[in-house]
Amino acid sequence: MISPRYAREIPQRYRLEAGRCTVCNAIYFPPRLICPNCKSKSFEEIKLNEEGTLLTFTIIRVGSEKFSKEVPYAVGIIELKDGVRLTAQLADCAVDKVEIGAKVKLVFRKIQEEGKWGLHCYGYKAILI
Amino acid sequence: MKDVAVIGIGMTKFGELWNQSLRDIFVEAALKAIENSKVDHIDSIYVGTMSSGLFVGQEHIGAVMTDYLGMNPIPATRVESACASGGAAFRQAYLEIASGQSEIVLAGGVEKMTDGADVTESLATAADQEYEVYNGVTFPGLYAMIARAHMHQFGTTREQLAAVAVKNHKNGSMNPNAQFRSQVSLEQVMKSTMVADPLRLLDCSPVSDGAAAVILCSMDAAKKFTNNPIKVIASAQASDTITLHSRESLTTLKAVSAAAVKAYKQAGIKPADINFAEAHDCFTIAEIVITEELGFFEKGKGGAAVEQGLTSLNGKIPINSSGGLKSKGHPVGATGIAQIIELYEQLTGKAGDRQVNNARIGLAQNMGGSGASCIIHILEAI
Repeated sequence: MISPRYAREIPQRYRLEAGRCTVCNAIYFPPRLICPNCKSKSFEEIKLNEEGTLLTFTIIRVGSEKFSKEVPYAVGIIELKDGVRLTAQLADCAVDKVEIGAKVKLVFRKIQEEGKWGLHCYGYKAILI
Repeated sequence: MKDVAVIGIGMTKFGELWNQSLRDIFVEAALKAIENSKVDHIDSIYVGTMSSGLFVGQEHIGAVMTDYLGMNPIPATRVESACASGGAAFRQAYLEIASGQSEIVLAGGVEKMTDGADVTESLATAADQEYEVYNGVTFPGLYAMIARAHMHQFGTTREQLAAVAVKNHKNGSMNPNAQFRSQVSLEQVMKSTMVADPLRLLDCSPVSDGAAAVILCSMDAAKKFTNNPIKVIASAQASDTITLHSRESLTTLKAVSAAAVKAYKQAGIKPADINFAEAHDCFTIAEIVITEELGFFEKGKGGAAVEQGLTSLNGKIPINSSGGLKSKGHPVGATGIAQIIELYEQLTGKAGDRQVNNARIGLAQNMGGSGASCIIHILEAI
């Protein structure tokens, strides 16, 4: 991943910054330039609630080359308390302990290594609470 | 809008075609289609390919293919909508003729997936790179999350998922162009290697090479070349969020239902009027959800339907008589065109051992990513 691309996403990956439409209050993660709901172009920056519920998940047994050393690992779709949904890995848990409806919290973690130098790329993972 | 017909078809065998190049398989399929249609000229070409750049490092596919077909200087355009690239190419060809701009257009699709690229990573580009794939989700992983949600919400069972693979392999065993002509048992599917829980290896469509092409022609001109034109009575397309997690429901595919509503309206028919369909079964769960979205079964009943044999070759609504992506193979860009070829063969009564009885109206549903794009065509024998 080239550095400008990685750097651009830092507000979302490190700090969970999202955009809230000032007209209809819909929250978008990542932020958008136009609201699909009401077509407004006016947003305010907010930080996502870190806690939420697991809606569905899978356990990746065959990963792409980049994640092949980490299998098996769980990935799920989480609905945060403010209603925003995102996809994240589930960290610090036995994969067979994960279940739909589990309460989770987003934490800051290393996600992957990039390129032949092994540049560390960070972001959010979820832990069971 | 002018009426449009399909008047010729051609495809390579799907599978691991290590001795043939990307351009050679496309040209093989295209030449077969041209010969099959008996046309005297082609006005333009559309080529569907998802990721020739990642799979073999070649872009500018329209130009490559037209050159190697010996057809310069006719216009050629590459069309991309992930796994729905073939359907999108067909739709562009259809629209070009319907608009009156051209008379005869070749629509093809091609993918070469076994030349050494990281297929898992390449296919994952159909999902959101920054907010899904970055976090380690794979393509089977996305459908696995749909499967788990569907099982949780509707009680769909692991056996019902497996029944899709069993049925499609049975159909594919009768298709000479299929990658896998072997049948599989329910037990084999249930015991195959876990890829992304709850999906196992035999729930997944394979990695394939292959190409497919069809010739579309205005209905007026079609009579010059054939007594048996197959009419395109609907061409519809719809979009949904690129990320699976952004959707209100994780067990529905809104692009499919939206395209289906448009297609049925265009054709002036209801789901019950469809005699058979090709559905984009990239994973077993996809076929179950799609048959619900197309209106063949109530929401949540798709799993029971396949288990009861309603989607079998002699069932109420045969799904994937070709073997589907599961057994026929899934060279991504070629898939949407290969679905049209199955419709053509069934509607002209040339599907051999897998012929559907009284096949008069067929539907092809081609889908990109985890359902962010969907293209539906309905064809009718006249």
